[in-house]
Amino acid sequence: MPLRKPFEQSYYPPLPTRWTRYWRTNIPWQFLRFLLLNVKMLRMVRKH
Amino acid sequence: MGRLLILGAGIAGHTAAMHARHRLPAAHEVVVVSPNSQWNWIPSNIWVGTGYMKPEQVTFPLAPVYQKLGIPFHQARAVSVHPDGSPERPKPFVTVEYTSPERQGQTEQLEYDFLINATGPRLNFGATKGLGPEANSLSVCTYGHAAHTAAALKTSIERMKRGEPQTLLIGTGHGTCTCQGAAFEYLFNVEFELRRQGVRDKARLIWISNEAELGDFGMGGMFIRRGGYVTHSRVFAESLYTERGVEWITGAHVKEVGARESIYETLDGDERSVSHDFAMLLPPFTGVGLKAFDRAGTEITTDLFAPNHFMLVDADYRKKSYDEWSPADWPETYQSPKYPSIFAVGIAFAPPHPISKPMTSTKGTPIFPTPPRTGMPSGVMARQVALNIADMMTGRATAPTRKASLAHMGAACIASAGASVFNGSAVAMTVYPIVPDFKTYPDTGRELRYTTGEVGLAGHWVKHALHYAFIYKAKANPLWRAVPE
Ligand SMILES: Cc1cc2nc3c(=O)[nH]c(=O)nc-3n(C[C@H](O)[C@H](O)[C@H](O)COP(=O)(O)OP(=O)(O)OC[C@H]3O[C@@H](n4cnc5c(N)ncnc54)[C@H](O)[C@@H]3O)c2cc1C
Repeated sequence: MPLRKPFEQSYYPPLPTRWTRYWRTNIPWQFLRFLLLNVKMLRMVRKH
Repeated sequence: MGRLLILGAGIAGHTAAMHARHRLPAAHEVVVVSPNSQWNWIPSNIWVGTGYMKPEQVTFPLAPVYQKLGIPFHQARAVSVHPDGSPERPKPFVTVEYTSPERQGQTEQLEYDFLINATGPRLNFGATKGLGPEANSLSVCTYGHAAHTAAALKTSIERMKRGEPQTLLIGTGHGTCTCQGAAFEYLFNVEFELRRQGVRDKARLIWISNEAELGDFGMGGMFIRRGGYVTHSRVFAESLYTERGVEWITGAHVKEVGARESIYETLDGDERSVSHDFAMLLPPFTGVGLKAFDRAGTEITTDLFAPNHFMLVDADYRKKSYDEWSPADWPETYQSPKYPSIFAVGIAFAPPHPISKPMTSTKGTPIFPTPPRTGMPSGVMARQVALNIADMMTGRATAPTRKASLAHMGAACIASAGASVFNGSAVAMTVYPIVPDFKTYPDTGRELRYTTGEVGLAGHWVKHALHYAFIYKAKANPLWRAVPE
């Protein structure tokens, strides 16, 4: 991650906390998300 | 007995062929014409472009599949459509030119009762000076381009390993490009690969795009609920770019790509330049340039095709301002208004207008994404059109009954952001409807319950699973119909 400098484009966006980043690759949690993503995609398929 | 002729064997054409063949009695013929002997799961080309996959993993030969399904396959390029036939040939036909080694250059006239144009895009590298693999930039649009790009990336990584810093420019190579999602995926897969190879600190990564803001993706962006707020995708995109240390240039029309430097115009009319050691820039798309002739041989291309060579269908093509756009502008049946036996699906149909608000620079240069037509909607419209045609051919219907408007259809988009089973990630998005409807959903244009986005490893697993599922399906393996489009 670059050093954040005032008024530069990368100064303002929200950054994920360590906690958020941890859950992004936590296997049991991501397995649940995987199941949920499949449900969400099937919901999209049903909406045609 | 009737004949359905399908031009193109990509995501749309191949889906249409499989469904039509399944639906139609054997007495009716389904015939496919496509210049490439291979089927390509294009969404995985980005992984070929980083070296994570080989071209053989994203392709397979079409002929054995069509033989299994009883679909005659002509490895040829359609050249012209003759919807009224000719004095010698009273039935409508398409002139094709063979590309297979045995019949290279020979032409033939293939008659049809119904025609589906699913010829996808022509990659218009010529629109920008120096753009494309024949000139100064790379591409991942075809598996061949992607393999070439992977080799260039490898060279760049070797240089970084020797201590040489490198600037990698990734994005869109013209002001009217579409498919930002593909370039986005490539960008983050490259970033991931650089980290995996331990050279991230040697690389400066720059995103350049014709989107007015990050996170637009040619869909005008999207709003999602997160952390107690309804937030625009721009915020999430900027967050991801910042987290991964990627700089961005938006609202840019690339005018010229040089070997080490590219020139671009921005929405404020400035002309600037950016240096690079590696540039993967997507080209703008046009239709493939089919011509059309009437019975007497007079050219009627403009009756069937828009000026950008995409096929005119049942959309509302009247010129309208952004505020006048309506979901009803978008086609529902993909039928040609002039010739009811002709349909166009996937990228081949002419959209009525963009989805993102059209922007022009202060110098009058158009700089905005043209509408994306991703895999899922391309497959859905292809299936619906194939089933409609099958019903018309068998006398079950006299006009198309199923509809597949992008304004009433949802889509799931999984944008890979790093390929690894344990620490990869992807941005998984669902949107409903694809074309925003600000009358029904005044604040956000879309149904928030169905418009979602998240970053995580699960998205990578989904993208991987889809790779195998769609190739399984496209090979017409048992129970292929159970895999949705
Ligand atoms: C790098 C990249 C990544 C992508 N990633 C995703 C993704 O992750 N998810 C997603 O949903 N979408 C993705 N897309 C978009 C997706 O690939 C397209 O939506 C889809 O391929 C469109 O299908 P199509 O059949 O219209 O066109 P294509 O798949 O391009 O097929 C066109 C077919 O027509 C044939 N053809 C060309 N000229 C002629 C001619 N004259 N006569 C007959 N046949 C002809 C071609 O050989 C081909 O078989 C990506 C696109 C790219 C370029």
